[in-house]
Amino acid sequence: MNKNIFVAILAISVMACSKDNNTATDNNAKGVLSVEFDNIVGNKTLQLNTGDYINALGQSFKITRLQYYISNIKVTNEAGVEYVVPQDSSYFLILGDDRSSRFAKVNVPEGDYKKLSFIVGVDSLRSTMPVENRTGVLDPTGDHAGAGMYWTWNSGYVFFKMEGTSDAVPGAAHKFYYHIGLYGGSDPASPTINNIKEISLDLTQGGISQVRSGFRSNVHLLVDVLKALNGQTNVSFAEKPTVMVDEYSRNIASNYVHMFAHDHTENGVKDESEL
Amino acid sequence: MKKAAFIAGLLLLVVACKKGAEVLPDLSTLFTGFIKPADFPDPVYDVVANPVSEAQFELGKKLFNDARLSRNNTIACSSCHIQSSGFTQHGHDVSHGVDDRLGTRNSPQIMNLAWNKAFFWDGGVTDLDLQPMAPIENPVEMDEKVPNILEKLRADSKYPGLFKDAYGTDEITSSRFLKSLSAYMIMLISDQSKYDSVRRKQAIFTVAEQRGYTVFKKKCASCHTEPLFTDHSYRNNGLAPSAINDLGRYSITLNASDRYKFKVPSLRNLQYTGPFMHDGRILNLAGVLDHYTGEVTDQGTLDPLLKQADGSLGISLTDADKSDLLSFLNTLNDHTFVRNKLFEP
Repeated sequence: MNKNIFVAILAISVMACSKDNNTATDNNAKGVLSVEFDNIVGNKTLQLNTGDYINALGQSFKITRLQYYISNIKVTNEAGVEYVVPQDSSYFLILGDDRSSRFAKVNVPEGDYKKLSFIVGVDSLRSTMPVENRTGVLDPTGDHAGAGMYWTWNSGYVFFKMEGTSDAVPGAAHKFYYHIGLYGGSDPASPTINNIKEISLDLTQGGISQVRSGFRSNVHLLVDVLKALNGQTNVSFAEKPTVMVDEYSRNIASNYVHMFAHDHTENGVKDESEL
Repeated sequence: MKKAAFIAGLLLLVVACKKGAEVLPDLSTLFTGFIKPADFPDPVYDVVANPVSEAQFELGKKLFNDARLSRNNTIACSSCHIQSSGFTQHGHDVSHGVDDRLGTRNSPQIMNLAWNKAFFWDGGVTDLDLQPMAPIENPVEMDEKVPNILEKLRADSKYPGLFKDAYGTDEITSSRFLKSLSAYMIMLISDQSKYDSVRRKQAIFTVAEQRGYTVFKKKCASCHTEPLFTDHSYRNNGLAPSAINDLGRYSITLNASDRYKFKVPSLRNLQYTGPFMHDGRILNLAGVLDHYTGEVTDQGTLDPLLKQADGSLGISLTDADKSDLLSFLNTLNDHTFVRNKLFEP
């Protein structure tokens, strides 16, 4: 018992100390940080089903579906202190056809933040948790409003899904399917492909995030989904129209880490209509 | 614990009365909760975090037998996992799903699942609670989505009350739905074969069975480990690739060394569960033994245990060995299991 009290006091004193290192104005007060995933294709806005785009190999295409998981959000303040958003509140499914889903909104302590990081996909720990700990957008049985972001036959989340059409795809339907997932598998002794990617973005150029209680700070990212197809690997619709549980998935995952760019930050937002 | 003691007491009573009484209560219909057979290892499924109540078990049983789990309400779990066939579909190499669509693999036994580390022939699912989603969503099996099933159950006159009995409120959630199916499935324990009785010193093998057991321990037990008769590993047992070139475990791990590997199945209840192998290509046990003695092929990932020192492939068995092995395998059939009234809808 005495030990517990001692530990508690120690914990409190450590917390007290950390305050001094932290330029956040008040650790107890929190404000809303929203990260806006604004999907674009090269220098055009994303228009599902109608927009005509062209990849690095000169193949034209349309996108009919675009969606991805964002999770494990962390921010670092100007003093270099990192705040990790409690994991239970840190999973988001960004759906290309649902504007309201493009904001990943979390509560973080008041402060000025210069760095943002997050995972594209779902961490391996959550991927193997009991089903009762995976609710909301993570419910493996949920078809995620038709999004279908879980592989039932090879348990795991689809981290990133892009589907569309291209005349370059052989066959009558000309459809392409890129469903990228795989978290390393449930057996640490024989790991499988791990496509979990962490993204870190410096906010100082586009504007730091000033989180204040009663306001919302919106970190506006431009997500150039063309970069999932172009980059280190230029994905050919003709040669690889379908990539799911596939060695090639590594190439697309390595490409799409580059699609997130910080454009600007809107601080002191009172209402979403201002964005 | 108390319940087990009560049942034990009841058993004693019944045994005591046996001489006088003509009609005995059917003890197999008594719900006991999950009781690990004393000579089985600890279960893999977390039975401490998920204790099975009778209401959950009964709900799971009802769901298991409910065709509304499929898109057009025609296929239940029990359509391809029939108790009298050891919870397989006897006589079918592969099973028919909705619209008579055919799958590609033989429906596996649902038996002693609490000890399974992974499910399906390729082990693609490692949590029993998540297992039902695969056949439910598979277009050639049930072709349905869990959210649709939950809507059907909510609209039903009985299910909300059954969920309330099982979980305290009538809320029908995906987690409760899946846990109920697990509650039923982990209760499907087969441990009443003659082999088990011999192990428990309640019976003895015949001479042929004993000889077969000796051959088994020497030539089969390294993969079909007692008492569950599987080591839960994935191995290439030398089957020639099928017409669809099913790569098995490789399709899950993408490791080249896993090509053509499939999960080692249990050898319990083979009398009820043929045909055999992942695609049901071998019709009877004599054919299975013939495969191991003369038909093993090396596709590059053949299990080392099937490569003999002299370079030959497979397992060497005399005709007498085969006959004895069949006698032994016959002792693994659990008549009580396939007839257990507790498991019936």
